[in-house]
Amino acid sequence: MSTTALPAATGRPWRARLRFDASPVQVAAALLVLAFLLAFLVVPVGRVFLAAFTDGEGRLTLVHFGDFFRTSLFRESFLNSLYVAGMSVAVASVLAVPLAVIVSRFRFPGAALVSTLGVLPLVMPPFVGAVAMQLVFGRNGSLNLLLMDWFGVRLELMDGLNGVVFVQALHYFPFILMNLSASLSNIDTAMEEAGQNLGARGFTLMRTIVLPLALPGYLAGASLVFVKVFDDLATPLLLNVTNMLAPQAYLRVTSVGLGDPMGYVIGVILVVVSILAMGGAALLLRGRDYSMQQRGGGGLGRREMSAGQRALAWAFVVPTLLLVLAPHIGIALLSLATVWSFSPLPDGYTLAHFSTVLRETPQFLTNTLLYCGLAGLIDVVLGVTIAWLVLRTRLPGRRVLDMLAMAALAVPGLVLGIGILRSYFGVQLPDGTALATSWIMLTIVYAVRRLPYALRAATAALQQVHRSLEEAAENMGAGKVTTLTHIVIPLMAGGLAAAFVTSFATAAVELSATLVLATRDVDAPLSYGIYVFMQSPAGRGAGAALGVIAVLTVAVCTFAANRLAERERRRRTRQQGTAP
Amino acid sequence: MSEPAGVAIEHVSFGYGATRVLDGVSLEIRKGEFFAFLGPSGSGKTTLLRLVAGFGTPDSGRILIGGRDATRQPPWARNVGLVFQNYALWPHMTVAENVAFGLQRRRVPRAERDRRVRAALDLVGLAHLMDRRPAQLSGGQQQRVAIARTLAIEPEVLLLDEPLSNLDAGLRAGVRAELVELQRRLGLTTILVTHDQEEANAAADRMAVLNDGKVLQVGRPAELYDRPASRFVAGFLGTANLIEGRVDGGAFQAGGARLPLPPGAASGPAVLALRPQALRLLREGDATLPARVLRAEFLGGHVRYILEAGEALTLVAEEPHLRGLDPLPPGAPVGVAIDASQATLLRA
Repeated sequence: MSTTALPAATGRPWRARLRFDASPVQVAAALLVLAFLLAFLVVPVGRVFLAAFTDGEGRLTLVHFGDFFRTSLFRESFLNSLYVAGMSVAVASVLAVPLAVIVSRFRFPGAALVSTLGVLPLVMPPFVGAVAMQLVFGRNGSLNLLLMDWFGVRLELMDGLNGVVFVQALHYFPFILMNLSASLSNIDTAMEEAGQNLGARGFTLMRTIVLPLALPGYLAGASLVFVKVFDDLATPLLLNVTNMLAPQAYLRVTSVGLGDPMGYVIGVILVVVSILAMGGAALLLRGRDYSMQQRGGGGLGRREMSAGQRALAWAFVVPTLLLVLAPHIGIALLSLATVWSFSPLPDGYTLAHFSTVLRETPQFLTNTLLYCGLAGLIDVVLGVTIAWLVLRTRLPGRRVLDMLAMAALAVPGLVLGIGILRSYFGVQLPDGTALATSWIMLTIVYAVRRLPYALRAATAALQQVHRSLEEAAENMGAGKVTTLTHIVIPLMAGGLAAAFVTSFATAAVELSATLVLATRDVDAPLSYGIYVFMQSPAGRGAGAALGVIAVLTVAVCTFAANRLAERERRRRTRQQGTAP
Repeated sequence: MSEPAGVAIEHVSFGYGATRVLDGVSLEIRKGEFFAFLGPSGSGKTTLLRLVAGFGTPDSGRILIGGRDATRQPPWARNVGLVFQNYALWPHMTVAENVAFGLQRRRVPRAERDRRVRAALDLVGLAHLMDRRPAQLSGGQQQRVAIARTLAIEPEVLLLDEPLSNLDAGLRAGVRAELVELQRRLGLTTILVTHDQEEANAAADRMAVLNDGKVLQVGRPAELYDRPASRFVAGFLGTANLIEGRVDGGAFQAGGARLPLPPGAASGPAVLALRPQALRLLREGDATLPARVLRAEFLGGHVRYILEAGEALTLVAEEPHLRGLDPLPPGAPVGVAIDASQATLLRA
């Protein structure tokens, strides 16, 4: 900007240093974003913390935490949550590590299969899969009925905490698979060859060179899985496991009431443990992000497999694929089943459940389209605004906006939901409903929860638009606004579309905050509908039908987002290809 | 044979699928020699080096190291030290750990290992940085660590894959001199892969010019420069006038001009190779060949002239520049004197 270029020498130096370097438009945009984040992220979370640390008269106190740890149910829930999160990481690792090694270190004919397998679980929210998993792996599920018939044994895969671990591990293992595969294939071939040249091979090479270099990817994935599982409310609830932290907080707030401090105490613990887990991983990884330090060379060379190795790989991949597909198959069967109980397969098949949900509760679908579509739009607008302020302006404090928006990552949906209730329950809309439980708030909460993803996508998209492209437009006589509308936004479009679709799809299956905030069936979205239907055996068919619709929606959106991102990447490589 | 060669490459061919990368390559690198593989990118020189290190097995032919057949030996059993183009220092280890790695694999006892790590780092002058991580070093320092890491295992052969290409231009000459000095001091059989003729000329005792997977010529740098055996070698090493024409009646006919010939040339189509400095420009008096200046490029130490002779013969000549000697303007007539003993006649 032309106003910023004068050196301090002409005026008083202190004024030059304090100069407020921004235009009114920038200030207004920043203030609007800030107001949104304060109102719907900072204040609600702040109210949760305040409620946890103050007594009835508003004095600071730790007494609620004392109460928490004196109550055996809470102590048990805390340990259970840690156990489930830790075990989920362990089980997910058992699935993910071999798969990652197979696809990134060997020429394996089934590699495409494994990468498909890597996304399949993510398109099905764990609470949808949970019921199907019970039908397949439960005490009286297909697998155990067959095992009883054939061998007279029963596997207790779905009982109590282990059921939660099983469902979560199967759902979240792709996070470890994707991160670990990425860091394994980022290892420069020369790293490994240098080891061989100096006398290392086989397991020694793996232990001394390959694994240490891949560790950052593994830890990034594992900590994410830990936090997601630790904070999750819906899966344990659906599996009827209530002696964990998130369900306890939910039960407290919904049954004892908003005045009860225990819900807030648990909320604080959820946030703190999440931050500790993420921070711990970040601390372990400090100075270990090697991806940028490996120059030149290609990825780790994939080597041929011997016949035995290939057989071993298939023997691992096929059962894993079946395991991963089990919830998908289960939910599809359930949505088409007349009756499915105490038998390996349903007694008969019907489309009645689909017609029921489409005829009787179409609002679940339309609500989801409306809320999540709006939330996606809000995210794209906020994401672009913040990215633009951070990357293209010199507005003081612009990084604070970025940090605030990203902080939403550390706030579990349940905690945000409780905070919103606490902050806005008293505020009434003109028609008399409480703002906190209105659909508007649900939309806003979805937007806040998904903002970090949209913001990262927008930042990445804007970073790809080289400054010189804008300068070239300005040089040709285009003003700031024309440059924005004709150059920058078209160039970011692919990335932004991907951001919108991702926000939309993930919001469509968010349940933790939804459970806290949705009260009436008319206003409720798809995820809530699935939850309500799944509560009763009679409604399971209809719930599964909604589940199938949700899974298909997410699958289509994920596919679209990937295609968009892929197209964008190819366009960029083409651009770079023509550069000198 | 008295002493086995440092490295002997016998009729080695290699390819990926249908693409032939190396085609019947045979070379003998003497013990203690500094040898260079010189060629443009895609010539197969790096592939050949990697085969010597054991990264890949020739489709046919043999590779002998110190007289023993190493063709099917895996990389970790060969005891040849390869310095990678991008250094390939492991970022998760310190400098000392990087250098100690090969010694640990060889089960060298702790005390001995520490001594050799220090000795190797002393050799490259970096012992004081042994606790640093590679990311904390400059490019030149990283390269020296990579060399120390390789020297620590006391390899039979040292292989250098474009070792200077990742260094700033200003550093290259100095590091190159250090490398040569180190190699002479240790008497280590060394193979340098490079596409930079100046690098090969300055460092190597002998070199092989490769193109399209074949060895075109082997010899001392000056030998190859003075007596190129093919158009490719003549053009790849330095600047050369490669003039297409015919040998006819004791002279070379090209573009309507007559050029002198080295003795003993048979009649027929041929290519005459002439270095620019073999053309002497005469501003007056008798000349072998009258010409006209098309363009002059002032290069500091010398001036390069693009000349036109005869009807359509373009020649490049170089003349040392001294103070007071203004470059000739375009269009100026000059006489060109050609020393026939400097000319090389190549097959067309």
